[in-house]
Amino acid sequence: MEKESLLPLLALLTPLLGSFLILIFGEKRRNLREGTTLAASSLTLIWAFLMLKALKAGYIPQKDLFEIFPGLMFSFRADPLGMVFLLLSTSLWLIISIYSIGYMRSLNEHAQTRFFFCFSLAILGAIGVALSSNLLSLFVFYEILTISTFPLVAHEENLDALRAGRKYLVYLLSGASLGLFGIIYLWGHYHNVSFVAGGFIKEVKDGVLTFVFFSLFLGFGTKAALMPFHEWLPSAMIAPTPVSALLHAVAVVKAGVFSCLRVLYFVFEAKKLSPEFSFWLSLFVSVTVIGANLLAIREDNLKRRLAFSTINNLAVILLGALMLSKEALKGAILHIPFHGFMKITLFMCAGSIYVKSKKERVSELDGIGHNMPFTMGAFTVSALGLCGMPPICGFLSKWYLCLGTLEASKNWFLLVWLTSSFLDAVYFLPIVYRAFFKGEKDPKIKEAPPSMTIPLLLTALGSIVFGLFPNFAFHLLDLVKMVISSFWGV
Amino acid sequence: MNEQLPALVVIIPLLFSFIIYLIGFIEKRAPYFMLLISSALTSLFSWKLLIRVIRKGSLSYHIGGWEPPWGIEYRVDHLNGIVAFAVSFVAFLVVLSFKERVEREVDPPRWSQLYALFSLQLCGLLGITVTGDVFNLYVLLEIASFSAYSMVAIGKRGAEFSALRYLIFGTIGACCYLLGVGHLYILTGSLNMVDIVNLLKSIPDSSALRVGLCLLVIGIGIKMALFPLHTWLPDAYSHAPSTVSAFLAPLGTKVAGYVLLRILFGIFNPSFPSEKVLLEVLGWMAFMGAFFFSFMAIIQRELRRAFSYLLLNEISFLGMGIASGTLDGLRGAILHLINDVFMMGCLFTSLCAFIHQFEKEDFKYLEGLGLLSPWVSLGFLMGGLSVIGIPPFCGFFSKWYLILGTIQGKKWHLLVGILVSSLINAILIFKVLEKIYLRHPHVELLKKLPFTFLISLLILSISLLALGGLASRIVKMVIDPWIVTLGGF
Repeated sequence: MEKESLLPLLALLTPLLGSFLILIFGEKRRNLREGTTLAASSLTLIWAFLMLKALKAGYIPQKDLFEIFPGLMFSFRADPLGMVFLLLSTSLWLIISIYSIGYMRSLNEHAQTRFFFCFSLAILGAIGVALSSNLLSLFVFYEILTISTFPLVAHEENLDALRAGRKYLVYLLSGASLGLFGIIYLWGHYHNVSFVAGGFIKEVKDGVLTFVFFSLFLGFGTKAALMPFHEWLPSAMIAPTPVSALLHAVAVVKAGVFSCLRVLYFVFEAKKLSPEFSFWLSLFVSVTVIGANLLAIREDNLKRRLAFSTINNLAVILLGALMLSKEALKGAILHIPFHGFMKITLFMCAGSIYVKSKKERVSELDGIGHNMPFTMGAFTVSALGLCGMPPICGFLSKWYLCLGTLEASKNWFLLVWLTSSFLDAVYFLPIVYRAFFKGEKDPKIKEAPPSMTIPLLLTALGSIVFGLFPNFAFHLLDLVKMVISSFWGV
Repeated sequence: MNEQLPALVVIIPLLFSFIIYLIGFIEKRAPYFMLLISSALTSLFSWKLLIRVIRKGSLSYHIGGWEPPWGIEYRVDHLNGIVAFAVSFVAFLVVLSFKERVEREVDPPRWSQLYALFSLQLCGLLGITVTGDVFNLYVLLEIASFSAYSMVAIGKRGAEFSALRYLIFGTIGACCYLLGVGHLYILTGSLNMVDIVNLLKSIPDSSALRVGLCLLVIGIGIKMALFPLHTWLPDAYSHAPSTVSAFLAPLGTKVAGYVLLRILFGIFNPSFPSEKVLLEVLGWMAFMGAFFFSFMAIIQRELRRAFSYLLLNEISFLGMGIASGTLDGLRGAILHLINDVFMMGCLFTSLCAFIHQFEKEDFKYLEGLGLLSPWVSLGFLMGGLSVIGIPPFCGFFSKWYLILGTIQGKKWHLLVGILVSSLINAILIFKVLEKIYLRHPHVELLKKLPFTFLISLLILSISLLALGGLASRIVKMVIDPWIVTLGGF
């Protein structure tokens, strides 16, 4: 049941207002500026929890703002799937805000006001994507997310950073145009772009509709770094680490995955896709799952290696959704927040290492575990989690994914999951090995300041807690069950 | 009073242009304020006119009290109501901003002449918009054109030559238009638009009529700078004084675009046998133009030339919307016309402010502008994002309709044209924005930003957002009621 509520609007206005306050305070009042970031992120988290409470009480908070086009509202609703993404981005925003303040100040970065302004706008984009109740509202925020992240990618302002920024825009804007074509086509022919559980297009019959499906899937898939449109993500790693951590492991790329899920399950009816169609699509996504992991192995730059791992995990989520079975979808949706928590930990560790030792390459990390035991401990936990080791949450989502694959009797894809997990181990474990079992302690390198170490310990702890109690605080498992039951019945 | 409005919006700037010129001999500073009053009054009256038309339907004014088919009729319906308002309001904002720039750029003896020409130009543009008589439209077209030629010629090096070229092209365009009007007059015996529409119904299709239509479209195509009739525009707009291009760029071609809409849909209509072919040709012209102009825009070294090509590209979008020949394409074309007045106003006013502050027009002087001059940068940012169609800026909403129109008309080449050339435009815009926000300044500001520029840039930027939010209302209250009167959709 839906109920008119101001909460979705508040969740959007808070980061918007926050970003302008950040701009007003500026470099001269930097404590106030950082205070604004923290206040806005905590406040947004509170709104998210209030919406979660409403959802648990049995109604969906909803808000119609105004008509964009005759018959098409700019409207928001916090349905269970949106809630998962919303909780993920708001909770990690609060944590990463603390971290990024430490990071930016330790490195004495330039243009911090621009950084925090754009960061806050990007979160606005992610929240908007999570809460939108139709494709057009989603697209508006999707574009806000793209544009506001561009200055963050090119933050360093040197030639490499500018090139990465340009590449980022070329890929994402082209993808968005493709998606926009799909949206407009649907509006022109069905006069409907609202998300309905189970979708409003029951069959993909003719060639044009297939093209529209692909343009939506690949258009949004560009942001989810589907191969062969993935090149922008490793290049974007030139951005400051908090950006890579929150935006390029969580908000931006997950917005792409999230939009693909919306297209698959809320616009089209995924269950009724023809078996051959979904098989070839799954195969296409599997190429990314395996290919990204293979590319990750030969990457020496730590952040770029993590980026390839992100590409792999995003494709894992999409492949899970394409298995078209209850358990696999459950695993796929759970993997969105779980991967978010684990990957952000890894990125924060990479950032802490960089701040303290200026080391960016895996081959330089010998013995770093002796100097930074907490950081590397958290790193180890998350890396093991991504390989699928219990009791860390990565195990849980992979478990469901495999279960779902069997349920859909697509046994061959089991091989994809297992190979992917094996390759995860191949490129993560050497880092752990180097850090703890090779090299000597370097007395000059110490643990990063608490404002950076505490957040990454928190998220690492989070990924263990979610592995043991998936319903902890966020009621993730309940939310996912609500999503599943809206497609398959209870 | 309300009944006199259609005449007032034309008469006021006309009278003021004489007053401005004469008062310049007595008091050097007075002409600017007279121009400001003139443009403020016209935008006020055109706003009232628009409200009146939305509330009570179209308004007809008989010049000199002569009944329509014989006398000249000024006829304001929903379409020209909103075009007149957009034109006069943006003209007012540009005039508001540029006082100090004109005084820097032009020698004092010429001030009053230039201001008088601005007022005359405004008179011509608004006259073209509100008139309901095809021959009167020609007269006003010439008033607007001749004032534009002379304004361009005031510019610095190269301006005389560009102005001459502009004059030759413009005159050819006007001649074509006049010949087309001649054809219509011989066939129907009338010059009044409403009358012609009725008379055309009983006239059999003939080659004379087709040639007439083609001549009208070619004539207006030159004024509107449709590909490949555009060659006069980049030179004229980049050699003219920066204030003149800030004034002409948002208005001139868009008013010509309005005339094209009026001819193709108001007088003739798509059910007219040869118009289908014409639309097809127009579509391919606009399609090629979109690619050509967006490529030309990214290879320019001078900012003003690049923006001129951007402007031409937007005109091609207008052409593609018209050529799609569908309801939504037409909606998109009209919405885009109105949005484009504001978008180009925003970009070219920012450009004018930028030139005022640096006296340079190369791209490289944009570096670090975000730190040096945040408000001008904001103008570039908002205008630029709107041009490439990023939501929630207004450019997105008109592109939505344009794309919808091409999909419904199954004109796939136009769809590709709109999507791809928007992406190529994005390259130019982000090249500008990257320089503004992600580079360090290495030149110093010559001048502080005058307060007037700040105000009009703010209003223009905000209106880009407001137009986005109002898109649905504009379509419902203005565009659809006009399209309903056409029949055939």
